[in-house]
Amino acid sequence: MRGYAGKFLEIDLSNRNIKETKFPDEVLRDYIGGRGLATKVLWDRLGREWETVDPLGPENILLVLTGPFTGYFPGTKVCVSGKSPQSNGVIGSTVAGEFGIDLKCAGYDGLIITGKAEKPCYVFICDNQVEIKDASPIWGKKARETLRFLVRKSIEEIKDARPNYGEVKEPSILYIGPAGENKTRVAAVVAKYAHGAGYGGYGGVMGAKNLKAIVAKGFGPVPDVYDKEKTLSLAKGFSELNFEMERFRRWGTGGGGYFFGAETSSEPIRNWQNEWHNKESYKGEEFDKYWVKKNWGDFGCPTTCLKLAVLKTGRFKGAICDNPDYELEAYLGTNLGIFTPEENIYLSYVSNELGLCGIQGGAVLGLAAELYEKEILTKEDLDGIEPEWANVEAFTTLAEKVAFRQGIGDILAEGVYRAALKLGEMKGVDLLKYAVHEKGVAIGAHGVRSGKDFIAKNIAYACSVQGGDHTSTASLPLDQGSGELSTIMADSAVFCVFAAFGIEDIKMFNFYEAVTGWKLTKKEWYNEKALRILHLQRAMLLLGGPDVKWKPKADDDNPPRFWEPLPSGPYKGKTLDRKMFEESRLEYFRAAGWNENGVPKPETLRRLGLEDVEAKLKEVSLIK
Amino acid sequence: MSRNDQVWIKRNYENCSGCRRCEIACALYHEGKIWPEASRIRVFMLVPGVEIPHLCFQCDDYPCVEACPTEALSVNSQTRAVNVDASKCTACGLCIKACPGNVPHLHPEGNYIVICDLCDGKPKCVKACQEGRWNTLMPVPREKEVSYKTLAKTPKELTHEVAKQILGEETAKEVID
Repeated sequence: MRGYAGKFLEIDLSNRNIKETKFPDEVLRDYIGGRGLATKVLWDRLGREWETVDPLGPENILLVLTGPFTGYFPGTKVCVSGKSPQSNGVIGSTVAGEFGIDLKCAGYDGLIITGKAEKPCYVFICDNQVEIKDASPIWGKKARETLRFLVRKSIEEIKDARPNYGEVKEPSILYIGPAGENKTRVAAVVAKYAHGAGYGGYGGVMGAKNLKAIVAKGFGPVPDVYDKEKTLSLAKGFSELNFEMERFRRWGTGGGGYFFGAETSSEPIRNWQNEWHNKESYKGEEFDKYWVKKNWGDFGCPTTCLKLAVLKTGRFKGAICDNPDYELEAYLGTNLGIFTPEENIYLSYVSNELGLCGIQGGAVLGLAAELYEKEILTKEDLDGIEPEWANVEAFTTLAEKVAFRQGIGDILAEGVYRAALKLGEMKGVDLLKYAVHEKGVAIGAHGVRSGKDFIAKNIAYACSVQGGDHTSTASLPLDQGSGELSTIMADSAVFCVFAAFGIEDIKMFNFYEAVTGWKLTKKEWYNEKALRILHLQRAMLLLGGPDVKWKPKADDDNPPRFWEPLPSGPYKGKTLDRKMFEESRLEYFRAAGWNENGVPKPETLRRLGLEDVEAKLKEVSLIK
Repeated sequence: MSRNDQVWIKRNYENCSGCRRCEIACALYHEGKIWPEASRIRVFMLVPGVEIPHLCFQCDDYPCVEACPTEALSVNSQTRAVNVDASKCTACGLCIKACPGNVPHLHPEGNYIVICDLCDGKPKCVKACQEGRWNTLMPVPREKEVSYKTLAKTPKELTHEVAKQILGEETAKEVID
């Protein structure tokens, strides 16, 4: 077996049991790692009683998985998964940083974390030394303090274990802030300051397990690959492509703030009431005044599209964050009516410190602001806060309330969909029309109405098994390089899609073979393996529960706001064509092997060897 | 190789992106594997955003070589880099203590010290850094007038200095101390 360390760590926090687990080669060949393998593990272990599993209960499983590309593909990520407290299905949520590298160097391909610790704890991994440690000194602490404590303490412990080693490098750390600790559904699993696995709400899952952080340090090499020369030579080619992408290297996705607003009318403004703006203040050039690092990348990254921003003067002095990428420019900026980079950076910093997902947290702040604007929520409802558009102080206070689940924050912490449901019940009106989400997941900052966004087309979110996740969108034909089945490859082999720009599919499959020694054709991936993973995700999404279930077809739709015509800009008046949308959706269902209602057909499930899924869907009457 | 042909690796810490492609290049050259801990250049990130590529400073008086009780360390007469004879090294750690920057470290698996050997005058880390146009590591001619020893500092000391530069004094204090 090449490209893999070959073993996984299984940690039961309830009885503090730690053991090593292996998967047969066939499982790794079919599910690869990351998102694919997470889906398989979740189905095998929880599938039978999926509808009853509370994502925020001890019965959920938290997975932190690498893939065979980890360490070799330029740039790196790690995939976090489990039953999602947002969609109640499975989301493969990736986060950048060196965690995957350290884990692999420690000798593990991933972590399977079950149960719930009695008291706040963190997991410490240094090669084969794995311990569950007391997190009480950092429980309740924000990002900076948590990191400072864990780096210092871990280095001391590693030094004790390796006397005479010399200077010990810091370990890699995944952690949660107060938003995760308080089991909000809008909490991210965070690395460094603001690298976050936000989609899915897995920060809340860690909190529910009383798990503050996972610390990993590995002293070994990255596992050997099958054909080293070929692997390195392909990787070199990928890097060279990236080195030439001047624009992306300079701005990263953060160059999109002005572009998506002004040019394509697909950027959320004031809770998606609009998607157009022409504010020059939101150009990359305006943001780079705050960069202290023009290039910031993770292990092996040729692009370094992240930048580090620090506010050195002014009323927000002291704020540090990954310079807002496009998503945060939108969700902690334009969507809250904020159009100055300085305020956007500050709010991103606030969000990081609290461990909120910038997208999911920003979305719920936007919802609250629109409800306040429409006088549906009053100052009294909002604990005295008046979230007017662009009021940074008000949004800061409200974000704190969300992270600590205080007052109105307790409801908003449920995310846009559930918050709209609850507030609607409270007020006796339907508020779901203001909740821009797909199956409980607030939609990425790419609107579908203008039809000009490069990711978001009509069925992009409606048919995705990851709901509103803009990195995993549905499109036709199924086997195109930017569609959901292609993303399943990125999230399973685990590589950064931003370092994969412009690389043809075929090279990815060649790379896979060079790393693992296992042949994988494009046809085999798109017609069988990726489809199998997609079906498992679809099945678990439809099973849902316990608090929310999605109706196939009825819920495979865009949120109401996306059916409202755009109110301004060059695409004013434009929205989706209902008939065309329904045709695309039906075509997608057919292509995926689902019936006209979007339920996997028994014959498709059988073809993919998923007879147990068929049986389960029959049991709950989704299949007759 | 005359003194002016000898290379010294200049570091511009503020430019370091933290991409670690230098570590990858070094480990591949010396170990034939991607092995961050076995790399002779290690990028420390004690504070996110303050990345410190740490490698031998080649002091003029080589206190590490002086301190070595087994003659495992020697100065390469061509490149002026420190060469380690792994077979003679007893991993006593005296060279680390003698080094003003705590640069040498144990090989993560073998029981011997690893120190940058300048890849025989053509350092791979520099090549990787230049290739990406990060300009953190720059090859400069080794000069008589420069006291390289005064540049040698520990990762912690360097982190404090660089953090002040890039984050501002107050913020640096808050995130480190």
